[in-house]
Amino acid sequence: MNVFDIIGPVMIGPSSSHTAGAVRLGRVAWQILEDRPVKAVIELSGSFAQTYKGHGTDKALIAGIMGMDSYDERIRCSLELAREQGLEYEFHEVNIPDTHPNTAHIFLYGESGKTADIQGASVGGGNILVEKINGMDVAYTGQSTTILVRHYDRPGAIAAVTNFMAYSDVNIGNFRLSRQKKGGEAIMTIEIDGAAPEGLTEQLKVLPHVISAIILKVI
Amino acid sequence: MEYLTIQELVETAEKKKMSIGAVVLEDQAVQMEQSKEKLLSQMEENLRVMEKAVESGMDPELRSTSGLTGGDAWKMMQYAQMGGITGSFMTKAMARALAVSEYNAAMGKIVAAPTAGSCGIMPGCLVTMMEEHQIPREKIIEGMFTAAGFGIVIAKRASIAGAQGGCQAECGSAAAMTAAALTEIMGGTPKQAADACAMAIKNQLGLVCDPVAGLVEIPCIKRNVGGIMIAFSAADMALAGMESKIPVDEVIDAMKEVGDSMPCAMKETAQGGLANTPTAKQMKEQVFGKKEV
Repeated sequence: MNVFDIIGPVMIGPSSSHTAGAVRLGRVAWQILEDRPVKAVIELSGSFAQTYKGHGTDKALIAGIMGMDSYDERIRCSLELAREQGLEYEFHEVNIPDTHPNTAHIFLYGESGKTADIQGASVGGGNILVEKINGMDVAYTGQSTTILVRHYDRPGAIAAVTNFMAYSDVNIGNFRLSRQKKGGEAIMTIEIDGAAPEGLTEQLKVLPHVISAIILKVI
Repeated sequence: MEYLTIQELVETAEKKKMSIGAVVLEDQAVQMEQSKEKLLSQMEENLRVMEKAVESGMDPELRSTSGLTGGDAWKMMQYAQMGGITGSFMTKAMARALAVSEYNAAMGKIVAAPTAGSCGIMPGCLVTMMEEHQIPREKIIEGMFTAAGFGIVIAKRASIAGAQGGCQAECGSAAAMTAAALTEIMGGTPKQAADACAMAIKNQLGLVCDPVAGLVEIPCIKRNVGGIMIAFSAADMALAGMESKIPVDEVIDAMKEVGDSMPCAMKETAQGGLANTPTAKQMKEQVFGKKEV
């Protein structure tokens, strides 16, 4: 903990968990989409579902989906901005069982047909925990640079990726694997120290059995 | 930060003949591997955000997202021009604390200090020291390092989250950190800063977190006014030479014990206290409509 954790962060009010954390959840979906979002369908569960209007959680999520940071003063008018920029949005109050009280499930559609599907929670003080990305279990906090590698569950797929990272002098701080079924599609969540080297995802994408690779920056 | 107690901070400052603010700055430059100049300018940026929030929050038309609050800072500032019971220094400080808190509720840009719910206390006091007592900016910024040092110890030994420790952990911590900063800004010794911190916490010990409809508005905004009164009075007591009979680290531990034994209904769940009054329930319906939580 440092002085700027105590006098800081600079943020848009009123609540670090309902506003700042919500912006960050939206930003994760935006990063994963890698496209201009044209439609967002957002399910809110628990306290998010009950109080989102009073806290501006809806504005915060849409702001994040449009790529804004949690200190961006346009958050307050993000819904108008979304309409101007042709981003349609819907909010649904739902109950997602066995999740943190501040959970959102975001489906995003991009203009070139890409989609992103993330589920995560705002866990306090503006911190987040993303639990599902495109239906697969992950544990992404936004505190370290994280590389998501979608791949086919085949022998050597993980070794190829981690060997390549060792060769690129990238240190892995945390590693998690999730797969839907044996031999099917799987996802590696790899937290690394520092920033990712230039061109890493392009190089990872050509490794055997890899479907896609994206870098989530610290947010 | 390498210091785990206020006692260590005070002893180091005394030994090095420096203020606690300077000790904290030195420590952070090492820990964060950055130059002191860089850290000072980052802190100044935070001060600028605070000043801007004071200004923007004075708008008479300002309203929160829920519509429940806004416009009181402006009212208070008009009244402050006439002096009021506690004089224009105090009433203007109250108006400034209200301005930042109301601006927060209206989705304005603020500095969590240490939290969004308690964001009005530090700017309310510090901006007023600059405006009414002509304290130079550099002194205020050094004071912010003092405040942050105290805040880190409080966060580590007790809590700065209402959900964990009640409002004493949010507004209480903000007032305590600010009291220590005010003491050093006015030339008090490190020991006096520690006493000011202790006396401020003692005055808010047991304060529950009971936000109406779960929103950071009622009673949070007005408790920021209480926070500045306690910060100023604790600093004045310390500067007058009064000591806390219970040492500050023990006071912080007591705050943790009180927070731990506080019922859940009083810790940001909006189930008890003011949040559970008939009027609060009506307000909740007014904002969110009728539904079961």
